[in-house]
Amino acid sequence: MKTRVALTGNEAIAHAMKQVNPDVVAAYPITPQTEIVQIFSSFVANGQVDTEFVAVESEHSAMSAAIGAAAAGARAMTATSSQGLALMFEMVYIASSMRLPIVFPVVNRALSGPINIHCDHSDAMGLRDSGVIQLFSENAQEAYDNLIQAFRIAEHPDVRLPVMVNLDGFITSHAMDVLEVLDDETVKNFVGEYKPEDYLLDAKNPISMGNLDLYDFYFEHRRQQTAAMEAAKEVIKEVGKEFAKISGREYGLIEKYHLDDAEVAVIVLNSAAGTAKGTCEELRKKGMKVGVLKPRVYRPFPHEEIKEALKNVKAVAVMDRAETFSTNGGPMFQEVRNALFDLRGDIKVVNYIYGLGGRDLLVEHVEKVYNDLYAIKDGKSLNTVNYLGLRE
Amino acid sequence: MATLKELSKVPERLVGGHRLCAGCGHGISTRMVLNAIEENDHVVVGCATGCLEVATTIYPFTAWNCSFIHSAFENAGATISGVEAAYKALKKKGKVTENFKFIAFGGDGGTYDIGLQSLSGAMERGHNIVYVCLDNEAYMNTGIQRSSATPIGADTTTSPAGKVIPGKQQPRKDLTAIMAAHNIPYAAQAALSNWQDLYKKAKKAVDVEGPAFLNILSPCPRGWRYNTPEIIEISKLAVETRFWPLYEVEDGKWKLNYKPKKYVPIEEFLKPQGRFKHLFKPGNEHVIKAIQEEVDKRWLALLERCGETPELPPR
Repeated sequence: MKTRVALTGNEAIAHAMKQVNPDVVAAYPITPQTEIVQIFSSFVANGQVDTEFVAVESEHSAMSAAIGAAAAGARAMTATSSQGLALMFEMVYIASSMRLPIVFPVVNRALSGPINIHCDHSDAMGLRDSGVIQLFSENAQEAYDNLIQAFRIAEHPDVRLPVMVNLDGFITSHAMDVLEVLDDETVKNFVGEYKPEDYLLDAKNPISMGNLDLYDFYFEHRRQQTAAMEAAKEVIKEVGKEFAKISGREYGLIEKYHLDDAEVAVIVLNSAAGTAKGTCEELRKKGMKVGVLKPRVYRPFPHEEIKEALKNVKAVAVMDRAETFSTNGGPMFQEVRNALFDLRGDIKVVNYIYGLGGRDLLVEHVEKVYNDLYAIKDGKSLNTVNYLGLRE
Repeated sequence: MATLKELSKVPERLVGGHRLCAGCGHGISTRMVLNAIEENDHVVVGCATGCLEVATTIYPFTAWNCSFIHSAFENAGATISGVEAAYKALKKKGKVTENFKFIAFGGDGGTYDIGLQSLSGAMERGHNIVYVCLDNEAYMNTGIQRSSATPIGADTTTSPAGKVIPGKQQPRKDLTAIMAAHNIPYAAQAALSNWQDLYKKAKKAVDVEGPAFLNILSPCPRGWRYNTPEIIEISKLAVETRFWPLYEVEDGKWKLNYKPKKYVPIEEFLKPQGRFKHLFKPGNEHVIKAIQEEVDKRWLALLERCGETPELPPR
């Protein structure tokens, strides 16, 4: 049974968490994630979940406690944003290397400094090489759907990795949105019972975890993490197909929007994809063959799918809501250019950095990007790295 | 109280094959604490990064007969909290039926310093865990750097005894008192030399409902520079000189567990250790005096807290 409801992104995440009813949640509040912890605490206080809620004293301890709980054999979660994710940086790497299927929403917020509470993706991008799977969500519906699917992906025997579910701070987390939620029983059955294989509380088979791993084994263990990431691509697609059976909404690694006959395209994550799609519709009415590619999965990065989707496109703009300070563009730009390098020599790929610290992305900004792409397609030479909505 | 003979028959949870140094206190302390767990009970050991962890779990080997988890340096308190929370959740659901205890070990680096916040959080939240600090008074695993547990005058690689500065300048942090200030049901300080006292304290810590903290002075032959067979003698001198008083705080009540009969000057503890060698050179007498004053001051304050007459032992 499906119900249409009006919820904010944070409420949608908390609702999904309630339906999953995890064994342990260890979390620390931070804007704009705070509501998730607050709402979930009320579920615990009112007996609506069986979860042991550990109100830790920091995000470092949040991920540490989640690691302890998951290693012990529990289905464990945390949630955070920005500085909180930065503080748990060390433990995220350890969670993935210990192959613990911890699911954690990250409500994307700019990293300090200067301190800022609004949306950008610098927090998530800081952990792109940590070995966690990263899903991105355009709106509250996708955040809800991604969170439910995340458990199946994380706990799959071929994967066993933490999954970070990203949604845009304030834009998605605090804005009221209409979405379709599934009934509790359907979610419970879809997610299934968690059955860990090797865990600390298995009294008959004690285990040592987190051992010192030197030059004779470390390299192989690191390689196994990459293998798990490779396997995750198939698993994410399978889970997406199964999710379609209960929800009518299918998910893959990327979403293609008017790409089949597109001459130029923008690639963009999370809520800005909505702005891009709207702009795309308007320009299509004017006869421009424009398209949008929205990666749903950033780790593992869908290189092959992007390459395939863009094979007939002449010019591509990668929109990054984060800076690398490499002086050669944002993080996704580097990934996409890498993916397209083998495709053919004449595809032009440019970068637009936008929306840092919550700066609005306007329809006019995306229009400018499409117009630039047309100019590039027609042979004009423009800057490789550009800034949108910046006062210079 | 179990006899030593009985204790020697308890199946070991930390077994041979580990790579701790000869004359190190960590193995002895850890085994003694784990012996206090009922034979039929299970235990998950948590461990901060440090000597105990690196010496007992070099992949693909382990010296632990029980479940063991290490995740990082500064978070043994939080990690074991998560394990204990999982136990509560899974026990409630009938997925785990056996009885488990949860004991985390950390050195003074992982406990007094980098892990203090994580430990404080775990104690305040009231998890049913035991946290054991194996205090060897410096960061030994990285090569003997000073910690906030390092005593005045000690020569470490980051508080070296130089031409101008004679070793560490600050007194030790009183961590046991800080833990007691969390109003946890049990906090105690113990030493290897007084093994019956240590065993009793471990048993109380393991059996009590709620968080417990044990601070065990765990001599380090590399950092303290003593003859390895003299470890227990060194530990005894720490107690007899009142450098390391044995006491416990049970439900807020402070109790002194051992009162030396006579005044043993601090020099007796300092002399056999290379880390204090420079203090016996002319010109450094004031440092020894400062150490003695600190010991006496803390002893009198402790006696007062324990409801005893605040006086020094007869000379």
